[in-house]
Order: sequence, then C-alpha cells, then structure tokens
Amino acid sequence: MARRNAPIIRTLDKGAMAFLFLVAVAAIAIPAANLLLPPSSPFHVPTYLVALFGKYVCYALLALSIDLIWGYCGILSLGHGAFFALGGYAMGMYLMRQIGTRGVYADPILPDFMVFLNWKELPVFWYGFQHFPYAMLMVLLAPGALAFVFGWFAFRSRVTGVYLSIITQAMTFALMLGFFRNNFGFGGNNGLTDFKDILGFNVQAQSTRNALFIASCIALALCFIVCRALVTSKFGKVLVAIRDAESRTRFLGYRVESYKLFVWTLSACMAGIAGALYVPQVGIINPSEFAPGNSIEAVIWVAVGGRGTLTGAVLGAILVNYAKTTFTSGFLAEYWLFLLGGLFIAVTLFLPRGIVGTASHWWRERRDRDDAVAGDAAARPAE
Amino acid sequence: MSEMDPRLTTAQLYLNGVSVSFDGFKALNNLALTVEPGEMRAIIGPNGAGKTTMMDVITGKTRPDDGDVIFEGTRDLTTLDEATIANLGIGRKFQKPTVFEMHSVEDNLILALKADRRAFANLRWSETAPEMERIESILKTIRMTATRHRLAGSLSHGQKQWLEIGMLLAQEPKLLLVDEPVAGMTDAETHQTAELLKEINREKTVIVVEHDMTFVRALGVKVTCLHEGSVLAEGSIDQVSTDERVIEVYLGR
Repeated sequence: MARRNAPIIRTLDKGAMAFLFLVAVAAIAIPAANLLLPPSSPFHVPTYLVALFGKYVCYALLALSIDLIWGYCGILSLGHGAFFALGGYAMGMYLMRQIGTRGVYADPILPDFMVFLNWKELPVFWYGFQHFPYAMLMVLLAPGALAFVFGWFAFRSRVTGVYLSIITQAMTFALMLGFFRNNFGFGGNNGLTDFKDILGFNVQAQSTRNALFIASCIALALCFIVCRALVTSKFGKVLVAIRDAESRTRFLGYRVESYKLFVWTLSACMAGIAGALYVPQVGIINPSEFAPGNSIEAVIWVAVGGRGTLTGAVLGAILVNYAKTTFTSGFLAEYWLFLLGGLFIAVTLFLPRGIVGTASHWWRERRDRDDAVAGDAAARPAE
Repeated sequence: MSEMDPRLTTAQLYLNGVSVSFDGFKALNNLALTVEPGEMRAIIGPNGAGKTTMMDVITGKTRPDDGDVIFEGTRDLTTLDEATIANLGIGRKFQKPTVFEMHSVEDNLILALKADRRAFANLRWSETAPEMERIESILKTIRMTATRHRLAGSLSHGQKQWLEIGMLLAQEPKLLLVDEPVAGMTDAETHQTAELLKEINREKTVIVVEHDMTFVRALGVKVTCLHEGSVLAEGSIDQVSTDERVIEVYLGR
C-alpha cells in the first residue's frame, strides 16, 4: 500500500499545478486584455492596473518567501521588508545609472542626488551597477549576504522565537535609519527615482509595464516551484520537524542551524528578487520600504492566506493588498490600519490556519477519518 | 546488522566523577557509571535523583561542570553537541513521547532513518528501495503498518511511545537511552514493550530509566539506583530491591 510518488510528482501535485496554471493565465490574460483589446471593450485592462497587479505579484513573492521560513521552519521574521528593499535598491541603482545625461544636472556618471550633494566621484559601491547582469547579481547577493551573516550569528547562538523576531525588527529599523542619511550614498530620504529606462526600454511605456508584469509572474512561478521542491523533499520534512520540535530534531542528529541558515538565506534572496521587480513598476525606492510596519504587514498577508501552504501566502498577499487599494482610495482611507489590525486579530482568533490552511486541514481531517476507521481495527495489537 | 568498528576499551559508555549543578543544586554529584557493550542497564531512583540530567549529559544537552563521559573508549562526549553525539550512534527516547506531530507515522520514521544528516544531502533526496524496506520492517515491528499515513499527532499515547521506539530503531544507534518507556501504558503494552526492548538488546546497548518496578523486574537486567545525583546501589534487581538504603529512599517500607 505504498503511496509514494516520484519527486517531480510530489513537487507538482494537483494543487501546485492548479496554482501554476492560474499564474500562467494571469500572465497571459492581463497583458492581452491591456494590449489587444480596445479601451472601449468592457474587458480592457488599463495600463495603470497592469502596474498595480504587477505590484501585487511582487508582494505575493515577498509573502511566499516569508511563508517558506515561517510556515515551514517556524522562523518568524519581522524584518523581511529589509531584504525586499535591498533587492529594490540594487535594481534602483541600475536604473539610476541608466539615466545618464538625461538627469536634471546632466552628469554622465553621477546620479542627480550626488551632484546636488556636491560629490565629485561615484562611491565605490556604485561601481558596476550600469551593467544589468552585475546589478541582478547584487539583487541576490546584497540581501543574501546580509541574511547569511545575520543568520549565521543568530542561529548558531540558538536565538529563536520572539527574540529572533525582535532582532529582525531591529535590523530593518537600523537599515532604515542608515538609508535615510544622505552620506550613506543611496539618495537619503528621497531614495532613488525618476527612472528612464530598463534594458533600453522606457520604464513608463505600456509594453514595458506588461513585460515587467509577465516577468513578475514568471519569477513568482519559478520561486514557487523552488519552494515546492524544497518543502516536498526530505529537507522540507526536516524543516517541519525543526518547526515543531527543534531539540528533538537535534537529538536525531540534524544540525538545525545549517538547515535554518540555508532556508533563511534562500528566502532573503527571493525577497530581494521581489523588491527588484517592484521598483521599476512603482518607479521609486526610498528608505520607507525598510519601515518595520511594512515587514509586519507582509507577515499579516501570510497569516491571512494560511502559513505553511505557499499558495495561501500568495492568495493572502493579493487579497489584503486588493483590500488596501480599495479602502485607501475611498473615504475609509484613514481607518485602513485599524481594519488591518482587526483583520489580523480576527484571523488569529477565528482562522488560525488562514484561508488555504483551513480548507486543506478540513480536507486532510476527512481523509484521515476514513483512514483511521480502516486502520485502527488492524493496528490494535493482539492481546 | 553487525557492529564492525573495533572497540579500543571494553566499556561502551563510561562516566566518571560527573557533576552538574543548577544554581547551587547538585543534580549530579560525582556520578560514576560503566555500561558494557551489549549490556542492558535499568536505572531507577526517586524524583530528582538525576536520571534525566544524566541522559542530558550523555546526549550533549547539558555540559557537566566536571567529570568524564567517554563513548566507546575514545570519544569525549562533554565537548560535542547534540547532533554530533546522535551521529556517533547514541539515540534517545524522551520521557514525554516527542514525535513530530504534523508528520505522518511514516515520515517520522523516514526522518529518523540512519542516513546523511547534512542539509545539502537532503535537498536531492528520494527514498531508496532498501530504505523503504527498512521502514516496512520497522512498521511491522512496532505494529503500525496500518496507521503509517496517520499524522503522529493523532495517535494515542501508547502508539506515540511505540512510534518513538520505532524512530530509535530507525536511527540504528549503538547505544539507546530510553526514558520511562512504559509510562501511561496498559499492562499488556508494558509487557510487549519489555519484550521489544529485550529484542533490541540482542544487538544494541540499552539504558532504560523506569519507575515501574514490575517492568524492571521483567527486563531481568543489572539495576543501578541513583539518589541525589550519585549511585546508591548497583546489582541485580533482587540485590538492589533488598538494599536497606534503596528501600529507605526509594521503594519505601
């Protein structure tokens, strides 16, 4: 009665395939509705909505990265916005260097804010960012390296639970203060903006907006497959074991800190990719992306959708952000934070598994009950 | 299975002069204990005698203030961490059954199965045929073949105890530390557990901590009675249970 499948089938089960199918449909249908349908059509999607949906997809990827560590390994990061922002800054630096002489001060090398600050030379850490591949490498390396160093110290010292959450908050807060300073070299509180083009295409153009939306969907799908492959492997089983009984896992001989460090760093890289795709679509990156509140909001998305489900994180990010867009554009705008807080409390009290988690738990319970009826009779030891 | 490695000294586990104190309370006080390869040893003693602390010291959870803990005559366990000690071949079953509740019975065993424990090795992992056979045979031994897909969290207390013993078997340790294996079991289950431990003891060294004197008697092995962190008496169950001091502090008159 072996119920074992090949790894590929375990990774891409029915639920995962359905999810990828939906992402593919969105990636095709939304740009098609924008580019092919005339504005008079009721199904026409205006360009500003394409960019808005693209933003949601980036948030969904950030939520996915949080779910990987929180839902499967029990690491509650309240500072993941920092990795998102670092990826965003790496992309922003590339976009800044593409402006060239089209800036207000028309300096071929120095971005406007540096000319404004009377800087004579480009700081060393800005070198190379005019090259797209180098910038993309930095999108992964900057958050990845910070996460690796942070995780190496935290996990080796066995900092867990709420203590870890607090130091992740401190990390993102410290970075925010740093990036607010002009002499830090990242544009101070104005951040990086006024982007002109990406890979030679105008970032404002309709076709570029659609291409960025599709790229975001592809990134989400690929990261989802990576996460699925990870959590359905034996590595993933170890992660869940660490989440539920960390010291027991140690006594089985697993070096818990290496598992945590790997998944934590991977998650930070994914958050970085999300940030990098976010920046050209919203047209700006500034230190407020490091604000502790942003990271906490991202955690709420995951809680709403259901942690430890991956698809739930994506669903939660899109639903909550859709609600945010709706509420903050109406007369209810000033009550949004109360609503968000209320939502978090309500989910914690009444739907602790989140939307997708509750649905799949109900499904599993039903199957287990059937199994138990069949199994118990046979399992009773002969007495 | 055969144990291939040559032993450099005769003792499987050697503790000498081990002391541990928590905020001035001496949990272990100059404890000495020698367990030979292939031996089964029962440890008894009143609450607070240091039984669990001794297990913690052997498995690397607690560092002793003083003393030697030597495994197989060569490895000083006091300098190693939990994972390294587990990989040397020391398995532990906890007093309160601790299984991975959100994993199925089968996945619990897969996690425990002796294999490469490194993170990268488990990324590209899928079950091999010999591993699945081993899982089948363990499921049979612990009588859980039919419940293999149930979540461990939904098992009864007794079933969890057995699953944990199954996980110990899967680990293929050389030395098993078993903390109160029959707590909360029925008489029949207690009897079966005693038989199972004797079966395991044919190939492995076992240390059992237990309060249930009927169970200890059923094992029929050398008994060590701990009291206030050191050895009070050692010998056969008959010798120990008639020892004046043991009766005084533990068994009662």
